[in-house]
Amino acid sequence: MDNLGLATPEIFLLCAICVILIGDLYVREDQRPLAYLLAQVSLIGTLLLTWSIAPEIGSATAFGGSFVMDQMSVVCKTWILAVSIGVFLYSRDYINSRNITNGEYYTLALCGVLGMMIMVSSSTMLTLYLGLELLSLSLYALVALNRKDVRSSEAAMKYFVLGALASGALLYGISMIYGATGSLHFDAISNALATDADSTAAVFGLAFLVVGIGFKFGAAPFHMWVPDVYEGAPTSVTLYISSAPKIAAFALAMRFLVDGLENAHSNWQGMLIILSVMSIVLGNVIAIAQVSIKRMLAYSTISHVGFILLGILSGSEQGYSASMFYAITYAFTSMGAFGIILAMDRVGADVQLLTDLRGLFRRNPVYAAVMMLLLVSMAGVPPTVGFYAKLAVLSAVVQADLVWLAVVAVIFSVVGAFYYLRVIKYMFFDEPAETQPVLAAFDVKVGLSINGAAILLFGVFPGLIMAACVAAFSG
Amino acid sequence: MPILSIIIWLTILGGVLVLFVGDQRCRPVALAVSVLAFLFSLPLFFGFDRSTAALQFVEHVAWLPSFSINYSLGVDGISAPLILLTTFINIIVVISAWEVIKDRPAMYLASFQIMTGFMVGVFAAADAILFYVFFEATLLPMFLIIGIWGGPRRVYATIKFFLYTFLGSVFMLVALIYLYSEAGSFDIQTFHKLPLGANAQTLIFFAFLIAFAVKIPMWPVHTWLPDAHVEAPTAGSAVLAAIMLKMGGYGFLRFSLPIVPDASLQLAWLMILLSLIAVVYIGFVALAQSDMKKLIAYSSISHMGFVTLGMFIMFGIMANTQGSADISHAVLGLEGAMVQMISHGFISAAMFLCVGVVYDRMHSRMISDYGGVVNTMPVFAAFMVFFAMANAGLPGTSGFVGEFMVIIASFKANFWFAFLAATTLILGAAYTLWMIKRVIFGEVANDNVAALTDVNGREKLMLAMLAIMVLFFGLWPQPMVDLMHSSISNLVAHATVSKL
Repeated sequence: MDNLGLATPEIFLLCAICVILIGDLYVREDQRPLAYLLAQVSLIGTLLLTWSIAPEIGSATAFGGSFVMDQMSVVCKTWILAVSIGVFLYSRDYINSRNITNGEYYTLALCGVLGMMIMVSSSTMLTLYLGLELLSLSLYALVALNRKDVRSSEAAMKYFVLGALASGALLYGISMIYGATGSLHFDAISNALATDADSTAAVFGLAFLVVGIGFKFGAAPFHMWVPDVYEGAPTSVTLYISSAPKIAAFALAMRFLVDGLENAHSNWQGMLIILSVMSIVLGNVIAIAQVSIKRMLAYSTISHVGFILLGILSGSEQGYSASMFYAITYAFTSMGAFGIILAMDRVGADVQLLTDLRGLFRRNPVYAAVMMLLLVSMAGVPPTVGFYAKLAVLSAVVQADLVWLAVVAVIFSVVGAFYYLRVIKYMFFDEPAETQPVLAAFDVKVGLSINGAAILLFGVFPGLIMAACVAAFSG
Repeated sequence: MPILSIIIWLTILGGVLVLFVGDQRCRPVALAVSVLAFLFSLPLFFGFDRSTAALQFVEHVAWLPSFSINYSLGVDGISAPLILLTTFINIIVVISAWEVIKDRPAMYLASFQIMTGFMVGVFAAADAILFYVFFEATLLPMFLIIGIWGGPRRVYATIKFFLYTFLGSVFMLVALIYLYSEAGSFDIQTFHKLPLGANAQTLIFFAFLIAFAVKIPMWPVHTWLPDAHVEAPTAGSAVLAAIMLKMGGYGFLRFSLPIVPDASLQLAWLMILLSLIAVVYIGFVALAQSDMKKLIAYSSISHMGFVTLGMFIMFGIMANTQGSADISHAVLGLEGAMVQMISHGFISAAMFLCVGVVYDRMHSRMISDYGGVVNTMPVFAAFMVFFAMANAGLPGTSGFVGEFMVIIASFKANFWFAFLAATTLILGAAYTLWMIKRVIFGEVANDNVAALTDVNGREKLMLAMLAIMVLFFGLWPQPMVDLMHSSISNLVAHATVSKL
């Protein structure tokens, strides 16, 4: 139990979860906001603890080398926690108005955050698997949280069955890799594969790992659960699933494929090319046909996952940092988009269809402007941050001599621009169906404004995030 | 003093300010911003060193070091006149919108101010990614301008406009990233010196071609333009025609010719062919239009054909003068293209504003709804006839100068090129004057025309400002040519040396 201090943030978060879980049993109905406040405080506390123990350079390990604190994990954890704070802020009013039990939502969501943090910091395959399962199980339960809603239960069921299958595949892949290399530690695996990266058992295991990663990312052709879960889950849960877990999925892929199996790069590169091309093409094309805004954003997520994979598959430090930049910026872009939907949502007047955004400009010009920035950023148009994410990823792909892949990616990002523009059209060019102004709590308003401003700020000064992403992978 | 940054950020931040002062007070603020920006751009004319082709007014700040992207600005003789044109047209835009735009005027004026900042940035950028950022950023304000204040089919037109240009420019982005991976920097001057193989040059040429051909626009990727022009509000059409199209022409001069000269030489025949098709075929298409704005839009495409012809005819000229070091005719062609771009900026803006003046009164763009406007609006009729003459290339107006220079240069390449190009003098006169005949002259056609009132002081001011520029550069184009001569000569000398 050397170096226990490295896991202080996780230990603190676990304690906080227990406090909220037990404390929630004793609070009266009118003291519900308490769980929200405690959850936010514990996230902020975890964030501060993470920073306080972050190593200046290099990395440190704990628990017999199965837990690692390196630059990548610091950056990923920072953004996972920061995005989760925003997620809770945007979800609060929705949860209160829908009679979704407060304590359970925040406990489960925090468990998911804990799982993500463990994933990010794991340096053996088993730790990674444990973190992933902690996240996944929390997500299954969260999707089903609104248990009176049939679609919600159906989505949860579908997610659980498919997710269990993917976890099985991942575990099977892990066992094959273990058999081929004799170790669960990524360092040892990497060393073992340095001499024999093409052994049948390793490649066989790799294929299963990629299936598992593809599923957890929601990359085509393992994307079937994404639209159903996005649509069926309560919007606050969709918001949660669509944001921070993307950063964790990036870390999952990085730990397995780069930390463990970088020597087999030539084997997994081809697999990821198939995943990313299919994701970009299918995601962008099918999104055009959607009328439900949550389904549209689900397919848009699939296409963005394709871009994140593009950076990883280029196999260079530059590509990894580009993917990380992409995952981080996408997480807070997606968070903002669902935040706007949540802010517009009313009991009895759910925002379900794209047309429900009609005339948002007349109802609340600030939200409409923020939403426009978020969508433009997703489309990758400068001067928003989404452009630099695409630029960085494409530049890594071109430097890996895969120019054709960059061309495919940009062509379909133009296809993608169409459905983002269509939403802008609804918001700005059409007249609203109802004239009731959209109002939200003051702190939500501030949060959304900051979210929109961040899209522009990081669009003008992308170096603020990019520097950390580059530092995470250099040396 | 960082003049270029001041112009760019003054207009962008000024635009934000206009947005915040609200609909009541936005007009004087916008006017002040635009006039100030124009005053700050004057040193680009008076303080410009005409003897050198190097970049001037250079600014350089590291921006994204991990990708060696810099915030670097600078102008030469090619970009300086275009920046002046941009800031000048911006003033006209504010005047033209003064009392015409009643729905959300603050947002309208703010969009134009911000867009002007981006457009100046396009011409001033010395870093390829900075160029791309500004190039793309102009799309969003224009998307909103057409989509919110446009005509009945505005949604179709604006989405088509956005997607067409976006599709074109993403290929340019891939080409720029490829150049970066070869050169290790996004600096445009470094790209100019970068040696490239024949295959790479051809692919890069086509990537740039798609981007700039859509923007300028060339036949056959021009179809977004008539839609966008027709549906856009008056000032939107004016800015589209006067400045946004020039971004495509500027791209050819800044990227295609100097970065991939061998591919440009190889494919000059294609460019000349497409240009001549634009000049002749689109000229005939313009003749058949019944909508005034559409007619002017097609006339713009035809005039832009002249610009691309002037740019690529130089390879034909150099082929004919093999061995001799005389590049003066090639320079003449390119300068003709530049003069044509500037002059078209004034004339097309003026034509769209003229249509806007009558549209505000009659709410129709159809030629058949008019007739005998001269009887009720004599001052306006004088202006419109003058601009129509300029559009048709009447000697004494700036429209003549550029066309004449390009035609003379074409003669040095091939008689038939010049012959086909010269048909524009007939076609241009035909479609413009025929429209004038049907709209302005004749008996008063109907009661609506009889009820028209002549231009007011504001409209007189904006049309007079443009008329003075058209006349000035028509009679004395030398100041404009002097400004660009060194840079153009340098460009021709550079582009005729093989990079292989």
